[in-house]
This record gives sequence, C-alpha cells and structure tokens, in this order.
Amino acid sequence: MTDEKNPNPFRTLAEPPRPKAPAAGVSEEDSIREELERGILFTSVEKVVNWSRANSIWPLGFGLACCAIEMMAIIAPRFDISRFGAEVMRSSPRQADLMIVAGRVSIKMAPVLRQLYDQMPDPKWVISMGACASCGGVFNNYAILQGVDKIVPVDVYVPGCPPRPEALIHGIMKLQEKILSSRVEIGPVPPKKKKSRKAVA
Amino acid sequence: MTLNMGPQHPSTHGVLRVALELDGETIVEARPIIGYLHTGMEKQAEYKTYTQSIPQTDRMDYLSPMSNNLGLCLAAEKLLGIEAPERAQAIRVLLTELTRISAHCVWLGTHALDIGAMTVFFYCFREREKVLSIYEQVCGARLTASYFRVGGLAMDIPEGFLDRCQKFVDEMPAHVDEYEKLLSKNPIWLARLKRVATLSREVAIAYGATGPVLRGSGVSWDLRKAEPYCGYDEYDFEIPVGEAGDAYDRYMVRVREMRQATRIANQAIGKIRQFGEKGDYRLRDYKYVLPPKEDVKTSMEALIHHFKIVAHGFFPPVGEAYQAIEAPKGELGFYLVSDGTPRPWRMKVRSPSFVHLQALPAMIRGRLVADVVTAIGSIDIVLGEVDR
Amino acid sequence: MTALAPERIEERLRVRFPEAAIRRQTGEAVRDFTLHVPADRLVEICTFLRDDPELDFAMLSWIAGVDYLPRDPRFEVVYGLLSLSRVARVNLKVAVGEENPRVPSVIGVWPTADWHERETFDFYGIEFTGHPRLTRILLPEDWVGWPLRKDSPLGYEEVAFTHNTPGRLLPDPGLKKLAPKKVRYRAH
Repeated sequence: MTDEKNPNPFRTLAEPPRPKAPAAGVSEEDSIREELERGILFTSVEKVVNWSRANSIWPLGFGLACCAIEMMAIIAPRFDISRFGAEVMRSSPRQADLMIVAGRVSIKMAPVLRQLYDQMPDPKWVISMGACASCGGVFNNYAILQGVDKIVPVDVYVPGCPPRPEALIHGIMKLQEKILSSRVEIGPVPPKKKKSRKAVA
Repeated sequence: MTLNMGPQHPSTHGVLRVALELDGETIVEARPIIGYLHTGMEKQAEYKTYTQSIPQTDRMDYLSPMSNNLGLCLAAEKLLGIEAPERAQAIRVLLTELTRISAHCVWLGTHALDIGAMTVFFYCFREREKVLSIYEQVCGARLTASYFRVGGLAMDIPEGFLDRCQKFVDEMPAHVDEYEKLLSKNPIWLARLKRVATLSREVAIAYGATGPVLRGSGVSWDLRKAEPYCGYDEYDFEIPVGEAGDAYDRYMVRVREMRQATRIANQAIGKIRQFGEKGDYRLRDYKYVLPPKEDVKTSMEALIHHFKIVAHGFFPPVGEAYQAIEAPKGELGFYLVSDGTPRPWRMKVRSPSFVHLQALPAMIRGRLVADVVTAIGSIDIVLGEVDR
Repeated sequence: MTALAPERIEERLRVRFPEAAIRRQTGEAVRDFTLHVPADRLVEICTFLRDDPELDFAMLSWIAGVDYLPRDPRFEVVYGLLSLSRVARVNLKVAVGEENPRVPSVIGVWPTADWHERETFDFYGIEFTGHPRLTRILLPEDWVGWPLRKDSPLGYEEVAFTHNTPGRLLPDPGLKKLAPKKVRYRAH
C-alpha cells in the first residue's frame, strides 16, 4: 500500500489499522452491522462440511507397482498435489481418508488391502488408479485380482497404464466434486418409527 | 518380540513384508516375505509371443523400463542369432544410460526420503521428469516405454531428440554435484550409512550379488565391461568400485555411476550423429523383424513377411539362450527356451532384486531397527522385479 | 586372467568324475555351454566347480525349472553358474521325473540357492532335499497346485461381453433416475 507518505511497500506496525468513520447519514448500529457482514458468510453445515472434506483429502500411501511411481510424481514438484489439499501422504490408515489403490493387486495382497480399508475411519473414499486396479489391466491370469472393486467399493476409476499424473489429479478433482455433492448426516441417525399395533377386532 | 514391517509401509519400496525378531531394538533375525506383487509374468509369457512379452517386461522393474526391454530383446536376438544394426544399438545404449540415470535418481530420492532428507527427493524427481519427457518424445509413454523390439527399435527417433538429450546430458553433472553437496559429507548421512548393512566380499559373492551391491563390496564386475553387449566395448567409461561394502559405499558407487552414465550417453549421442539423425533402426532380416512400412506398401514379399510376423509371430529355431545385461539394479538375465513356435516354451527372468533381498538378513542381523530401512534402501529393490 | 574355454570345463569334470554320466547338450540353437549332470552327483559336482582354482565358479546366478510335458523325464532344473575371475558361464541341467520329483539342494554350496529353489518348488512342485525351509515363496501359503506346470491353466477370467453373458441383469427401465445434487462451488 504505497502512498506518498509511506513509500515503503511493507507497512510498518507502528500504526494499527483503524476502522473508517461511518458515512454521513448512517447510524452507528447500521455501520457496525455493515462491518460485520463483510466478514461473515451464510451457508449450511452440509456445505461447509463437504467443502472442508473435499479440500483436505489426505491420501493413504498405498502404492503397489508402477502406478505408485506416478503417484510419487504427483507429490514431486512438477505436478504438486498439495495444491489440491492433499498436503501429506499418510502412512497409517487410521489417519487417512483416501485410499488410492495404485498398481496391480495380487491374490496374496487382497486380504491386506481389505484389512487396510476396514482400518480407515469414515468418511473414506477409494480411487482405483490405473488399469490393473480397475479391471486387471494387462494381466489376466491366476495371480492378479481382476479389479479392486471386487473387494472394496470404488468411487473414482482412473484409467491408464500408468495414468499420467495429470489424469490422476483429474480423478482427484472428480472425487472432490463427488464429495461436494454428497449428503452429510450430522448427529445420530434418528431411529425408525415403530409401526403401531392394530387392535384386534 | 516379533514385529511385522507390513506390506504397506512407507519405506519398503513396494509391498515387502519383513518379519523382524527383536530383542529390544536389536534385530535377532529378519525374514523377508515376498509374493505380494506376484503377477505370473513367466506363465503369461508362455501364452504370448516374444514381442507381446516386451510390454510385460516394462512392468517388472518399473523404474528402468527400457533396461528390461533391452534384456528381453537381446535374449531373443541371441536365440535367433541376429544382431541389431549399429545405429540402433547406439540409440539403445543412449536410452539405457538415460534409464540408468533416472533409476538412480528415484533410488537416491526415496533412499534419502527414508533416512529423512526430503529435499533430495524433490530435486531427484525434478531430474527424472526431464528423462520422462525424453521418453515421451521418443515413444509416447512416460513410464512403460516398450520401445525396443527384437532386431532394433519400434520406430525411428524424432526430430530434435538428440539436441534434447544433449541438453539433458550437459546439465546433469551439475545436478549430481547438487545431490553430493547435500549428502556426501553430511554428518547425519554418514552416521546413518557408514558401517551399516555391510556385506563383505565373500558373502556378497556367495549370495549372488551383482551390480552396485557387488561393486560396493569391492569386486570390480560389470557386465558392460566383462561380457559386452550392444557395442559397449567401444565406449570409454570407468567402473566405480567401493571398499567396505557398507551402505555408504553403495551410495557412492551409484552416484559415480550416474556420472559415468552421463559420459556414455554423451558418447552415444556423438555416435548416433555420425550415422545420421534418421537412418537404420531395424535389421533388414524380414524372417524375424518387421520390414519398414515403405517396403510393405511396395514389395510383395515384404507384405507377406509383415503379415506373417504380425499375425503369427516369428519362428525362432529350437534351442535356448540366456542373456544377461547390466541393469541399474544388477544383473538382469532372461533365459528363453524355444520349441520352434512363436511363443516361448519358457521364459525365466533372473532379477537382481530377488537375489539381493535374500542377503537382507545377513546384512542386518545384530543391528537396530532403523538400519533395516537403510539396508532396504541401499540394496535398491523393486518389488515388481522381486515378485514378477 | 585368460579366458576359460568351455571344453576345458567338461575335460576337468570328466577327469574328476570319470564314472558320472555327464554329457554336453547339442542343438541347433543352444547358445550357451550346457551340461547334463546326474542328480545324485549334483552336490559333489557343484562343490568341485566352486572350489577348483582353475574353474572357480564362485557364483550361482540363477536356478530355473522347465516343464517339458509330453517328454519323460518331465522336468529339468537348470543351474546358471558364473565364474567372476575366469569370466565364464555354464549351465548345468538335471533331469527330474514326474512321479517323485526330487533333487538334492545346493544350498550348502551357494547360500543364494535358498530362494531360487523355493521359487522352483513353488512353481513346479520339485522338492529339494536338504533345504531347511522349503515353503512357498511367491504364491500364498495355502495355494493348491503348481502354476507353471504345463497342465495348470493360466487362470484367466473371461471378459464379459454382451454375446457371452446371456443371463445378465439389465437395469430396471422403470427405475427413477436421481439427478445429481447441484453444486454451487466447483473445485476448479
């Protein structure tokens, strides 16, 4: 905020900012209300919750095979995933909300994957990254699970072998849209109404 | 106490499970349990032709895909008794050395990340992106290239490719200096890596170690010098060798290998320029190798050969061959048994990471838990290769 | 160090084991020097190859099993040996029958044989006598069958197209399509 009195662009802290004097003809109460309204948003709990969930998805680092390298590439500086809220890749499933299944899931690994999914707390989402996780990919044989949706529910499928980092980011953004449009239940679920017994005639 | 370093772990470089028997923090016994990424590639190769198995090899050691492709192509060429033209070999050498640089970059980045040095991870992946852009220019894919074919390459190199490679090769040594400045004399790095995960010379040979693991233990064995393939005997480079066989020596060997790889890549670019920017990229032996498209459209016999090779596959003689190359991880070998049909009767992959992982218990017995991470990082395993 | 001629290996072996049935594999395209050795003398032959100063095959590079199904003996175990000081390679082949597939383990000669033999056991069911812990390594522990044998199937899943799934469940045409909830804030 340069002006003639203070050419230094870094404002000194000697003078704290003071609110402007109210305009002529406006009562003091109204001016206070105007001040307040400039800093207040009106929204619904659902929107806020969805917005915060969507923009702070922390993935679980579940890299299995070649897709894991492309997943590491989105942490790397060129395609930066922390711009989208995925600041850190958590190693523990208890601290993560998104499981990106990156790579081929072998029969030996399938129970481990299910256990990790069960260990994640709600709300959780799954992105199936790459052709092998979505449908078995190049490998259609005795050793590879033909699609991870056989054992966990998948929200977004990202095709590719391996998908480019941009494609995975697109998948995460689609997931963000999905989260923003989802219903949120706050508080305990109300119990079902019991059916009243009809009197026997 | 038994501690399980499970298949999902940030530092195991894939789905490796290590069952550690601990006495306090000291390791009494370690048992690596593998197979969580077993893909049945060897069984699947018996149902595919040689060319169809090339994309499978990309997914084995997925950090150095072009090296794996080279291994399979050279083994098939040895079986057939043919050799790719010199220009194609020079391009293969160039791309394999760039692959070596990229694989070592990932190794250094993830190894340093495990030890705690995060900055190196970001720097290394920045260089890797440049190599991946070069891959993308030449074959269209960033990671799973499948660019080499039996008898040469899939297609010729595009315009401006050599200038781009030259630019990368010119600026790479400065980046390696950057990594060394951060790590080589760093007291924390030295404390974590010196005298950790030691493999003496005899133990290394007894455990079948090859590549940087063997060279770090003091044995000067490099397949590019000992059993040269692809014209490597015409290039001028050194083999870095360590002394003590600890993790620090392996780190120094690999960093110096990055510099030597830059040197070889430089020479390879000069060699390709001698042959010309566009030229011979596939052998003209139409019995085994696809003829170029111009001939297919004009000559009848080239058309028939093209049809036969694409629809059926080429028919190798009945026999077997084993060809090993010096992959970034060690000796990668392919043993092909052929029964005269286009599909191999048996394809066995001798992967270096499988062999090196066996030596893990010998390296960490009696050490602390934190050294397990250092040891796994220093032997540079890739689970896709271990489990195939 | 002078290069080691492959014939010298065979010569030295015949001198040391005159009564063993060692023969060289010949063939149109057998590109490596391959020797067939009997299973019962395997460990002695390997120890000799490793310890002899002229041959010095200090490293076992790989072990592979191969299944030649219609042939008898059905299996073959191939050992790839490497001599670092003499820069030489040799393949040793041991024939194994189908009824009782057993081969003595060379883990006492080269410790690296441990996992290679486990892998061959895992894929083919060939038992290596003398191996301390012969269990499955790449497949789950409770897997039944030997996958790389020629009579084991590939195990692929038929991809479901419309022409090969006659009884498939079609979506109910009367199902009310729910419109997605309108979102006012877009991620991009």
